[in-house]
Amino acid sequence: MNWRRFFPREISLRAREALYGYGFILLWVIGFLLFALIPLTETFRFSLNQVAVTATEINLDFVEWANYSRALLTDPNFIELLIGYAVETLVSVPIVLIFAMIIALFLNLKFPLKSLFRVIFFLPIVITSGPVIRELTAQGAASAPGISTIPAVVEFLTQLPRALRSPVEYLLTSFILILWFSGVQILIYLASLQKIDKSIYEAAAMDGASSWEIFWKIILPALSGVTIVNAIYTIVILSHFSENKVIRYIYDQTYDVRGGIGYASAMAFIYFGVMLAILVTVYLLLTRWGKRNTK
Amino acid sequence: MTRILHNPLVEQVRGFLIGNRAHRGIVFNAALYALLIAIGFVYLQPLLFMFVNSLKSPEDLLNPMVQWVPTELYLGNYVRSFRVLNYPETILSSMLVSLVPSLLQTFVASLVGYGLARYRFWGKPLVFALLLITFIIPPQNTVISQMLTYRNLGLLGSPLALILPALLGQGYRSAIFILIFYQSFTTLPKVLEESARLDGATDLYIFLTIAVPSALPAYIVSFIFSTVWYWNETFLTSIFLEGGVTTLPMQLSRFSQAYENLYPPGVVNIFERLNEAVKMSGTFLNILPLLVMYFVLQRWFVESIEMTGITGE
Repeated sequence: MNWRRFFPREISLRAREALYGYGFILLWVIGFLLFALIPLTETFRFSLNQVAVTATEINLDFVEWANYSRALLTDPNFIELLIGYAVETLVSVPIVLIFAMIIALFLNLKFPLKSLFRVIFFLPIVITSGPVIRELTAQGAASAPGISTIPAVVEFLTQLPRALRSPVEYLLTSFILILWFSGVQILIYLASLQKIDKSIYEAAAMDGASSWEIFWKIILPALSGVTIVNAIYTIVILSHFSENKVIRYIYDQTYDVRGGIGYASAMAFIYFGVMLAILVTVYLLLTRWGKRNTK
Repeated sequence: MTRILHNPLVEQVRGFLIGNRAHRGIVFNAALYALLIAIGFVYLQPLLFMFVNSLKSPEDLLNPMVQWVPTELYLGNYVRSFRVLNYPETILSSMLVSLVPSLLQTFVASLVGYGLARYRFWGKPLVFALLLITFIIPPQNTVISQMLTYRNLGLLGSPLALILPALLGQGYRSAIFILIFYQSFTTLPKVLEESARLDGATDLYIFLTIAVPSALPAYIVSFIFSTVWYWNETFLTSIFLEGGVTTLPMQLSRFSQAYENLYPPGVVNIFERLNEAVKMSGTFLNILPLLVMYFVLQRWFVESIEMTGITGE
């Protein structure tokens, strides 16, 4: 007799909770539909069409996969830019991660003036924007000081095969700016370094472990989870950056007479695919590395 | 040999120089500072380069002897780039299109984060997966269709084009802020909420009076980061605001063109032509408001992660 009264009430409590939960995320759900799902499917539809925009309407002319095959097979620039993007991203990610980790390890020590150095290393978070980076790169202010002008280096570069030369050149000319993308990652590393229990260090030191061993056996495994977060963040930020050459090319083609919205949309989806492939590759590599480390 | 090494005096000297378990030695500290100063200098080099060059007069620019110290304090570049950037006006519009969306975005992200952290409902893993996807999707995969919709609604060029997505939790990098709030609301003790509910408080009232004050640092950090990111964003603004509001970074990205409109190359004398010093002063004026904000609020950046209690997992 009792359970009959109890049971519906229990359900209604849970239903009530769920209802309020949905209430809190309602705005986001609407936003997701309006500003993510619908535009994404719409852009995909554009990518299968020749799109002509007039002052009053949008005319679609279905062309199947022609925009995709044009981007992948006939456009001489797009594939080259895409490969350049993939190489640059894969070169930048380890640099950003290693640099962020080293700086975080430094800033995790206790020493006078630490807050001053913290202020210095987080500064680029505030000032990194497309036009600023463009101006700085254009003036040659972004290269590692002096290196790219040394005759021996120039000589060395000309000897390299073309496939190797562009990433090395990219490294030399934009080295500091790559480092500028590590501000948030330093913050994230620092936070998880501070969560490592101090007593573990003491116990390791008691057992006679050197700082070197402590780094490889305790700190690095503790950072492996957060390294994945940082890697994903780095890839996404680099891929969305408005000075990214592929993004600029797609943007230019949108307003181009020969390109148009359909073609630009197809390229956007190919770019998205390449970016996902990079994300998945890096993710898999890092999870395997993390597993080996924690064993 | 071992006797010498374990001599107390030797150990003391070694401890002083290299350090031991209790503290770091002077050599270690010196190396640490040297390394940090060197890295810090390289790191800030583009900024120093920009600042020094922005103060160079046209003569200094041509003089190969002048590298890091200009011969005079020349402010002419700033005077001209101030005019070219249309500084007072673009600063105001930059503030408008970064502060207003940030405010809305922060509040809506906190609502969503609260809902995800405090309520059990079906489909939560799906919401998290979709959040991750909205973070990953490159903006150009959605921006064209949005732009056409805005055009139909006549919203192109109006700040509303940036405000509307922020209001619906789809602002610039919203997913990050939702996760920040999710993290800080999950740590809130359930007891507070339950006792308030027993007293007859509604859910919204609990959110506004208990949850919001407890997560104040998360609000401040989110608002600051959001403002900075909106300020620096140029891809979306250049598409949505084109022909309407002009922000500071937008004006900087067409600096050369704007400069030649104001100072036509055929008309002005050689010293007034566009050179890299003028460009650098324009770039510096562009980041100046952010620098000021950073130095005033630096504690909130530097300690942001500790303050919001993000574990990073």
